[in-house]
Amino acid sequence: MITRRLFDFPDFGWRNSFEEMERMRRYLDQVLGQSEAGLRIPAAGVFPLVNLTETKENYMLRAELPGVTAQDLDIQTTGRNITISGERKIEPDPNVRYHRREREPGRFSRAMTLPGDIDREKIEASLENGVLTITIPKSEKARPRQITIKS
Amino acid sequence: MANESQSRDMQVKGKQEVAGAAEQTRPGRVFIPPVDISEDENVITLLADMPGVAPNDVNIDVRENTLTLSGEIKPFEGAEETDILVEYDTGQYYRQFTLPELVDQDKIDAQLKDGVLTLVLPKAEAAKPKKIEIKNN
Repeated sequence: MITRRLFDFPDFGWRNSFEEMERMRRYLDQVLGQSEAGLRIPAAGVFPLVNLTETKENYMLRAELPGVTAQDLDIQTTGRNITISGERKIEPDPNVRYHRREREPGRFSRAMTLPGDIDREKIEASLENGVLTITIPKSEKARPRQITIKS
Repeated sequence: MANESQSRDMQVKGKQEVAGAAEQTRPGRVFIPPVDISEDENVITLLADMPGVAPNDVNIDVRENTLTLSGEIKPFEGAEETDILVEYDTGQYYRQFTLPELVDQDKIDAQLKDGVLTLVLPKAEAAKPKKIEIKNN
């Protein structure tokens, strides 16, 4: 099974370059009046595709997994890594005639490295309408801290 | 053969977008949901992957022989969240089909579970196959 790691970058300074690229892409779309379909290559060609966001306290990892139930999913963490694996089961009905078969069944596994330290004890995962959301609290030392300037 | 396909590793398939900007009246992106369509003597069954669509936000419309599926998603991300990595985009779903046979529109059954829409379209009496017996004299 293929697993690929993301975020094997130094923690410092890489995020801004991503944001810059995203901004440029949006700007070009606006100017050219085109959608970016076909221009974007997924960052890692491993199912499932994920979106990662952060708040001050948490990382939020989301993946679209239609038809996958909680029993078919396995989420594990070690250190800063998180692995989502499972299987999407689609039983073909032998008694019917298929006209289209576009939905794919199969197994998947994806490992990711988060950009900061996490509190592994408090990770929460939910599956709603086929979208998996994993809330990963940042460890105390990875949270931003406000620094007051003394006058 | 069924088992063979079950054990395969899943491949990344990018979402397909609806072609032609003229169709849209609202901003945002529109994707084509992947479907399985099967048929037996009595019903046509359609399964569509629409992750992120809540059961109340899906719209199914049958007019004459055109079936229109659409689904709306609400933004998942909270206001305080900032993107770190975006691999997939979210948007509305839209797809139209021309039904090959007459469908009993009053008896269409739709169910949305785990982001998968299951649509059961019963065929109208007139469209069901009738076996014709050959009489031997």
